[in-house]
Amino acid sequence: MLLTSSSFKRNVRRKLEDPSLQRNMKRFGGRFVEARAAVMTEVDNLEEIRVAAAAIRDRSLANLDSYLVEFEAQAQARGTQVHWAETAQDVNRILIEIARTNGVRKIVKSKSMVSEESGLNDAVAAAGMQAIETDLGEYILQLAEEPPSHIIAPAIHKSVEEVAELFSEKHHTPRQTDIPALCREAREQLRPHFLSADMGISGGNFLIAETGSVVIVTNEGNGRMVTTLPRIHVAITGIEKVLPTLNDFSTVVRLLTRSATGQSITNYVSMLTGPRQEGDHDGPEQSHIILVDSGRSRLLGTELQQALRCIRCGACMNHCPVYQNIGGHAYGWVYPGPIGAVLTPSYVGLENALDLPQASTLCGACQVVCPVKIPLPELMRVLREKSFSQGLRPWHERWSIVLWRTAASHPRLYAGLTRLAVRLLRRLGGKDRLLHRLPGLDGWTEGRDMPAPSGQTFRELYRKRKS
Amino acid sequence: MSARDNILARVRKGLGLPGNIPGAERDKARAYMAEQPRGPRPTYGWGDNVARFCERSEKLGSTVDRVASLAEVPQAVARYLQSKGLPVSAVAWPTLQDMPWRTAGLEVQARAAQGSDLVGITGAFCAVAETGTLMLLSGEDTPATVSLLPETHIALVDVTRIVPGMEEAWALMKAERGTPPRAVNFVSGPSRTADIEQTIVIGAHGPYRVHVVCYG
Repeated sequence: MLLTSSSFKRNVRRKLEDPSLQRNMKRFGGRFVEARAAVMTEVDNLEEIRVAAAAIRDRSLANLDSYLVEFEAQAQARGTQVHWAETAQDVNRILIEIARTNGVRKIVKSKSMVSEESGLNDAVAAAGMQAIETDLGEYILQLAEEPPSHIIAPAIHKSVEEVAELFSEKHHTPRQTDIPALCREAREQLRPHFLSADMGISGGNFLIAETGSVVIVTNEGNGRMVTTLPRIHVAITGIEKVLPTLNDFSTVVRLLTRSATGQSITNYVSMLTGPRQEGDHDGPEQSHIILVDSGRSRLLGTELQQALRCIRCGACMNHCPVYQNIGGHAYGWVYPGPIGAVLTPSYVGLENALDLPQASTLCGACQVVCPVKIPLPELMRVLREKSFSQGLRPWHERWSIVLWRTAASHPRLYAGLTRLAVRLLRRLGGKDRLLHRLPGLDGWTEGRDMPAPSGQTFRELYRKRKS
Repeated sequence: MSARDNILARVRKGLGLPGNIPGAERDKARAYMAEQPRGPRPTYGWGDNVARFCERSEKLGSTVDRVASLAEVPQAVARYLQSKGLPVSAVAWPTLQDMPWRTAGLEVQARAAQGSDLVGITGAFCAVAETGTLMLLSGEDTPATVSLLPETHIALVDVTRIVPGMEEAWALMKAERGTPPRAVNFVSGPSRTADIEQTIVIGAHGPYRVHVVCYG
């Protein structure tokens, strides 16, 4: 996917000034939050399960190499061909090789965020093959030639009117704005593709080491189609997605679906192990899995390793006040919201996504809702520190911090400067006691006024009160 | 070195483990997998697994019927199809081919489903009470397409095979089958999407209707 995270601030401005995005985010953004809250009350020992799920993910990561090798051995024993991709480009190369060897022309895809990392669809098209997205949201975006803006609701930024317009234009059908009718239209468009495709590509929510299986957690049924009907199935997923056992999966999935869509379970949970077996009348003849590193192993052994616990539920973005206002596209890559603010700089380089870890008020909502207890605010702070110590922040920001440090570590100097500052600001505040502009800090006062200080510092007030 | 070796070496280096390939740690990982520990379960209880399963199934948007024995199933299926104005011809799992469908007025073909089939009848390996979920195992006589391609999916569930949670379902699969089949499908109600305006629509790519007939 085209990386635009380096122009985050420009992206944000554009999104804030986009009336249709603003309207859509306000209208639909809160529904996930409500759904999650309602279904979480079903589980009275939620915290106990969260602790267990985080421990399961930590155990998988702490022994990642062992579980990957176990997974590989079990998968191969069942006839799955296991491929390893060091980079995103390798993913595309491996996939196209499999497709070419087997004379593949048409590919149907269910949702795979990892394939967005590598821009797989473009690479496939360039290789002369057709890849059709079949998740309704992804299908809409493929028609609109847009990237996803949410990891589980990719077209959350689009209104029904926009979808109606798009379908009518691309399908050459009468425009209809009834949502169930639009869903049926997509079903009817896509059904022939499912039945005629040579290859199905899916992501993988989890890999199960003990059985060598891929698990996908879905609602629409397209995931089942692409893994059942075409003669070749390729699953693409990150190396961190491995879980040791089916029991571990049972614990984690209780939290995944509740955190994601507010469902106690999704309509389909499908576990796929190898190609069709002797006597089977359906299922693919070939089963492949591409295990993708592409920056993940770099996080191991660092504080950021905790981010690899992520089970991609999307709760952190649903609850993030920044995401709620700017939507997913502004983040400029595959993963938006707080988890994206941590993963994007880690995968594509901090220098290419410098402002993402700053895109947070550190309010902590993301950490509170994270089913596997990833301390996202802390990890964003780690990345902020890193960007400062590597000299990546702009000069005025670095100098401000140096000045602040000098003042804050000299109490007398600090007291003197703040006394001066509050008096000055009070005067500037004038009669209505509001600061309309702060020179050099326009970002703060552009959309709001800052209340002027009372004219005395906290220390002065404290001393007065004590005496 | 291959991509595999490079990745494994990087993982081990990151984790601070010596060497390039897993050694003693792999035994530890195997021991954990062999031990099969189970995680904490939601502590909400329910009395009867069958009642819980039926209640949750309905909550997921499925319809549920309960009959006394397998012999009554064809009549119950016919009743359902007629009441909904659905076609009385169906595709079914080969495991169900000897049932007296014809006497109930149904035209049933035992095979894998095709795109044009409108009604699919399956059994279930077992069912999960906690969430109202069917567990379907693919196989020669239990093709996965029958529960997927038709607009209506009718599932026959033996009430003695309703287990409390997913953990028990896996245990049953391991006990009876050893290893998993090509596809294990947990089905929880009709397919759905909320991809347009977060509005839930029943019937996406999979079935529009799931009707569960519990027998026994």
